Amino acid sequence: MANTILRKRRLIPGQTSELVIDAPHVAAKARPGNFVILRVCPTGERIPLTIADADADAGTITLVYLVLGKTTAHLDTLEEGEAILDLCGPLGQPTHIRPHDGLVLCVGGGTGIAAMHHIAKGHHQAGNRVTGIIGARTRGLLLFEAELAAVCDTVLVATDDGSHGRKGLVTHLLEECLGDGSPVAEIVAVGPVPMMAAVSEVAGRFGVPCLVSLNSIMLDGIGMCGACRVSVGGETRFACVDGPEFDGGLVDFKELAQRLTAFRPMEQQSYAEFQQHHVCRCAN
Amino acid sequence: MPEQPPKERVSNFREVALGYAPDMALAEAARCLRCKKPACVAGCPVGIDIPGFIAALADGDPRRAYAVIRQTNSLPAVCGRVCPQETQCEQACVLGKKHEPVAIGRLERYVADAFLADDACEELTGAPACPAGLEDVRVACIGAGPASLTVAGTLAARGIGVDVYEALHEPGGVLVYGIPEFRLPKAVVGREVAAMRGLGVRFFTNWVGGRTVTVPELLAKGYRAVFIGVGAGLPTFLNIPGENLIGVFSANEYLTRVNLGRAYAFPDWDTPVYPGKRVVVFGAGNVALDAARTAARLGAQRVAIVYRRTENEMPARREEIHHAKEEGIELFCLHAPLSFTGDANGRLVSVLLQKMRLGEPDDSGRCRPLACEGEYCELATDMAVVAVGTRANPLLPRTTPGLATNRWGYIGVDEETGETNIPNVFAGGDIVTGAATVISAMGAGRRAAATIAGRLLA
Ligand SMILES: Cc1cc2nc3c(=O)[nH]c(=O)nc-3n(C[C@H](O)[C@H](O)[C@H](O)COP(=O)(O)OP(=O)(O)OC[C@H]3O[C@@H](n4cnc5c(N)ncnc54)[C@H](O)[C@@H]3O)c2cc1C
Ligand SMILES: Cc1cc2nc3c(=O)[nH]c(=O)nc-3n(C[C@H](O)[C@H](O)[C@H](O)COP(=O)(O)OP(=O)(O)OC[C@H]3O[C@@H](n4cnc5c(N)ncnc54)[C@H](O)[C@@H]3O)c2cc1C
Ligand code: SF4
Ligand code: SF4
Ligand code: FES
Repeated sequence: MANTILRKRRLIPGQTSELVIDAPHVAAKARPGNFVILRVCPTGERIPLTIADADADAGTITLVYLVLGKTTAHLDTLEEGEAILDLCGPLGQPTHIRPHDGLVLCVGGGTGIAAMHHIAKGHHQAGNRVTGIIGARTRGLLLFEAELAAVCDTVLVATDDGSHGRKGLVTHLLEECLGDGSPVAEIVAVGPVPMMAAVSEVAGRFGVPCLVSLNSIMLDGIGMCGACRVSVGGETRFACVDGPEFDGGLVDFKELAQRLTAFRPMEQQSYAEFQQHHVCRCAN
Repeated sequence: MPEQPPKERVSNFREVALGYAPDMALAEAARCLRCKKPACVAGCPVGIDIPGFIAALADGDPRRAYAVIRQTNSLPAVCGRVCPQETQCEQACVLGKKHEPVAIGRLERYVADAFLADDACEELTGAPACPAGLEDVRVACIGAGPASLTVAGTLAARGIGVDVYEALHEPGGVLVYGIPEFRLPKAVVGREVAAMRGLGVRFFTNWVGGRTVTVPELLAKGYRAVFIGVGAGLPTFLNIPGENLIGVFSANEYLTRVNLGRAYAFPDWDTPVYPGKRVVVFGAGNVALDAARTAARLGAQRVAIVYRRTENEMPARREEIHHAKEEGIELFCLHAPLSFTGDANGRLVSVLLQKMRLGEPDDSGRCRPLACEGEYCELATDMAVVAVGTRANPLLPRTTPGLATNRWGYIGVDEETGETNIPNVFAGGDIVTGAATVISAMGAGRRAAATIAGRLLA
């Protein structure tokens, strides 16, 4: 059946899971950088998740999500064999991937590592040399290291507490890569807003183009509502149809971070109720 | 027509206009002169046989009245509620010259409501069962708004199979995500959609035309024609400082949260809506009024509509303006926004307005608004809704090689056939005309359906 979860992997128990979903018509079109919008129950909210991988032959897409609030927590209650109510995509502009002489540095943080994986894979398939740079607070929170190893020439790891790889932030590793003299064609960064802002800043200092994938709040995802608007180079752009990837050097990250808090009290209320009752209040 | 009293209705989302009781409907129907050359019909974009349906109703046969309407209108319960009758059928009614015109829209609504659309096939065709969709003759519609629904309903009634591909999770277009429950209950739209399912129309939700499937792919799959009815696109913003502060919404976002997301029922439904206390709305069309009246129902203490001309120039339906004023919405005329100010957390706290005055009439005949130099005022506000129009949605043109658009990005069609420059690809509704009305979208749907049916059944 359409949208059925074929495989579920708990990557970080209680926090991050990976779903392989039967969605042939989405898989057939999914390109790196695309996302889907889904709803879990008839009274549910529409939320966007990046397509972390797609297999057109098998007719499947892979989603990786971090449990942050009501909808992701509810999604996490679904098991193999169950279906996602609504799943729509692929949405957004795909990553512009072209052959490069220099290296492509793909930087990922937190759940963004999984989203970045599809982009790294795209560059790898286009014949580009790819270095993956990934980071998390601690070893247990690091995702997709093995998957990335399959599509990157090198994978560099940083953890805040030094439990795996280098102790420190991904930007430290990035600065070293940029400083060692080998030509870098492009940087791609997917992760928390502060991380993308920091990577863009470093990229700017070294004069290397840097693409970031923005996670603004979305509603329809097809360019009708304007909820997802972001300021890029002083202009208003719409992440769901113009993006979600933009030139990191031009993005107003402060505005993005603020706009993500727009509905915080209501989100907390929904999540608290969900945790208490552990059921969806689906009225119908 | 009976209405919920303003004091009561501002705290609920139930329909404002309650509809005629049977005796009132009969009395109103009796006023119609059954003109031989009815002017009213010419005023209706889909050419409903108005004296015909009113006569059937006056004869005490609402089922026949319904069948008359359904000959040309696939969504009577919707049109009876949201058509701008005062500029269409009712404006043309001969009785209107001296007295009140016949309340055609209200009668249409009464007939549609009185007739339960559960066995639409029988009613439309006189046959007990639906005509089977001709499996080898199928047509695809992209978008499930009034334009596509009309194409689907018209073709299905002629036995042609129709598949409707809709990007959102619910069919209906603006009828479900834009126009609020208190003007058009979603159950009404749901019933009309169910009637179409009964005729064999298949709805595929969560399918994005141009992304999940493209127009050339639909044709390659064997659809004999494709109709594009994807509606209006991204909202226009005001282009003034502070527009991306938290608390500034496009009307599309605000209304989509509340209507499609049922945010008025939060937390039973998950989609949140912003709890504006002092709300300003920019614009003066139906969309602006819907947003303002929605904010009032969601508990705003003060809602002001800011408009740079005066009440006389407001493009919204008179009835809506009247209802809004009854509900305590303030009209803040002769003011235009200059900038928004926010606090340290990026939340909206005020808007600066420029005072305006009316100058000479412009080309459209409306008085041009002019700034009163140096005269400003500042309104404290925690939520602003921008309802100043929409642009063309570029998705279909971008993903359909060779599809011709005009310079604003709207899809070009032959006015008579509804066909685009690509053979067997049709378009209609807001994606062709820019934001217009439900009934004009339906008129476009009828023209396209007539062309398609003519070709396929020939
Ligand atoms: C293009 C895009 C791709 C994304 N890809 C992924 C992904 O691959 N994996 C992943 O874990 N997360 C991803 N996100 C973020 C994800 O959409 C949010 O975490 C999710 O919506 C949270 O919903 P919730 O109900 O669980 O939590 P909530 O409590 O509703 O929200 C938690 C936080 O998530 C953000 N958020 C809330 N609602 C939305 C919304 N409708 N749209 C966008 N953000 C919202 C807000 O910042 C909010 O404070 C992506 C976002 C975008 C825009
Ligand atoms: C708030 C509001 C109030 C209004 N009030 C009135 C009124 O009182 N009276 C009146 O006559 N008119 C009113 N209008 C205008 C009227 O609703 C529109 O003119 C009419 O709905 C246009 O119909 P449509 O079929 O062209 O498009 P829409 O109703 O916009 O439907 C288009 C559908 O296509 C879907 N879609 C978009 N892109 C894609 C894609 N790529 N693939 C698949 N599906 C897609 C959309 O999700 C939508 O469901 C109002 C409009 C609004 C926004
Ligand atoms: S469809 Fe609209 S214009 Fe036509 S008769 Fe009905 S209310 Fe009047
Ligand atoms: S013009 Fe008025 S009176 Fe004449 S048929 Fe139409 S509705 Fe009746
Ligand atoms: S999410 Fe509505 S326009 Fe982007």
